[in-house]
Amino acid sequence: MIPAAFAYHRASSVDEAVRLLQELGDDARVLAGGHSLLPAMKLRLARPGAVVDIGRIEGLRGIRRQVDHVEVGALTRHADLAAARLPAGLEALAECADRIADPQVRRRGTIGGSLCHADPSADWPAAVLALEGQLVLVGPGGERVVPAAEWFVAPFMTALQPGEILTAIRFPVPQARSGSAYLKLARKASDFAIVGAAARVTVDGSGRCTGAAVGVTGVGDVPYRATAVEDLLVGRVLDDQVIAEAAARAVEGVDPVSDVHAGAEYRAQVAQVYVRRAVQEALGRALSQPA
Amino acid sequence: MSQDSRVRVRIRVNGDVHEHEVEPRLLLVQYLRDVLGLTGTHVGCDTSHCGACTVLLDGEAVKSCTVLAVQADGGEVTTIEGLAQHGRLHPLQEAFWEHHGLQCGYCTPGMIMSALDLLNRHPDPDEETIRRGLEGNLCRCTGYQNIVRAVQAAAARMRAAEAAAAAGGGDD
Ligand SMILES: Cc1cc2nc3c(=O)[nH]c(=O)nc-3n(C[C@H](O)[C@H](O)[C@H](O)COP(=O)(O)OP(=O)(O)OC[C@H]3O[C@@H](n4cnc5c(N)ncnc54)[C@H](O)[C@@H]3O)c2cc1C
Ligand code: FES
Ligand code: FES
Repeated sequence: MIPAAFAYHRASSVDEAVRLLQELGDDARVLAGGHSLLPAMKLRLARPGAVVDIGRIEGLRGIRRQVDHVEVGALTRHADLAAARLPAGLEALAECADRIADPQVRRRGTIGGSLCHADPSADWPAAVLALEGQLVLVGPGGERVVPAAEWFVAPFMTALQPGEILTAIRFPVPQARSGSAYLKLARKASDFAIVGAAARVTVDGSGRCTGAAVGVTGVGDVPYRATAVEDLLVGRVLDDQVIAEAAARAVEGVDPVSDVHAGAEYRAQVAQVYVRRAVQEALGRALSQPA
Repeated sequence: MSQDSRVRVRIRVNGDVHEHEVEPRLLLVQYLRDVLGLTGTHVGCDTSHCGACTVLLDGEAVKSCTVLAVQADGGEVTTIEGLAQHGRLHPLQEAFWEHHGLQCGYCTPGMIMSALDLLNRHPDPDEETIRRGLEGNLCRCTGYQNIVRAVQAAAARMRAAEAAAAAGGGDD
């Protein structure tokens, strides 16, 4: 299988990429790691007349610790994040990266590419929602920042506007005594998530939950924040019963998808179990830190 | 730039530098097989799943059916043909042979390139690490058991060679 012919442009800076996208218009697609776009082009599901390769733009790959946040460049590869040393509370990033696909795909695929592709069964959305990532976009009008909760609009559709490039994702450094976790159910090795659940939990000195965020992927037609679960966690001392009660609301307000991999009922059930386990795991990590 | 504009690429493959004008849509695996005639790298699924097309790009295992030749421009590729040195098979190749790590052999070049990447990162992997490290490579024949054994045997041999070299007694 061979992609349809296209014109190839290699951008050496974000500005150049934005300018190329403006010049080339609707017919152009950005190429990052290529591990969603190239398979689609080979199947002729995508037929761009022009490709703007951003893969070599300096400064877009890597993880930088800033004062109050961690900035992950859009071209940072899954394998980079799987191997990264991250501040306490952001463990779910490495855990999520390590569960994506297989070693070869993790070597090429980028976090930015996955978030822009917005496959409703992709892993990153759950972790990026739970860790309250902020997506940094650069377009002809300059820079803007979109919170993860506003990013996923529909299956394979995001808040990215034509001509914009995602340059980085900023993750606030969680407060002391925070922990996070990502859990995934997949049918076989290197598969997308049937259900993926990420949780972040913060506790105070007495063990009371002062903050919680839960992201779920694979279940609804877009990844979402399970706010009904979060509401029942915050302000309480989290024992198994409280966590189970909260996790039972994992699909509240959501219409679980039915497909060849799993029926809606099964997805709903697994979502509750995985959210419960992810919260328990995140809590354990938060409690293991000094008060 | 029109759609059929070719792009000049310069890629070092198994130590030799090659320069060609290629169509942007040319996949790295086609470049290796059809342009350079290196047919050791196989195409299994052509849909990024089976790993038969795995090569090292700048030292990292990638599926060459899912990389454009233009993306590899300026890079360094190692294929199965690049492993034997001075007429001697690589320890991984020998171990696959000795431990029956292959039957039809279709998956073998990709399997070996993935295993090499794995051993570069984990010189002494346990069984679980090997199985996870080879998740991107499918084999329809062996049931994987002997592939795991072969990788373990190769790892031991490579560590011994490394230790001998470090002690100054390496043969090359
Ligand atoms: C065999 C296989 C198994 C996989 N398994 C999983 C899995 O288990 N879980 C999972 O989550 N994913 C999985 N994936 C998808 C993989 O994670 C992709 O790497 C990822 O979805 C896309 O990242 P990329 O850098 O390759 O993007 P590309 O393919 O280069 O681009 C994807 C899309 O995003 C756009 N884009 C990319 N970067 C930017 C940017 N910075 N700004 C604006 N637009 C941009 C492109 O125009 C394109 O439309 C799998 C892929 C394969 C081939
Ligand atoms: S041929 Fe490339 S992964 Fe199967
Ligand atoms: S030996 Fe036949 S596919 Fe692996």
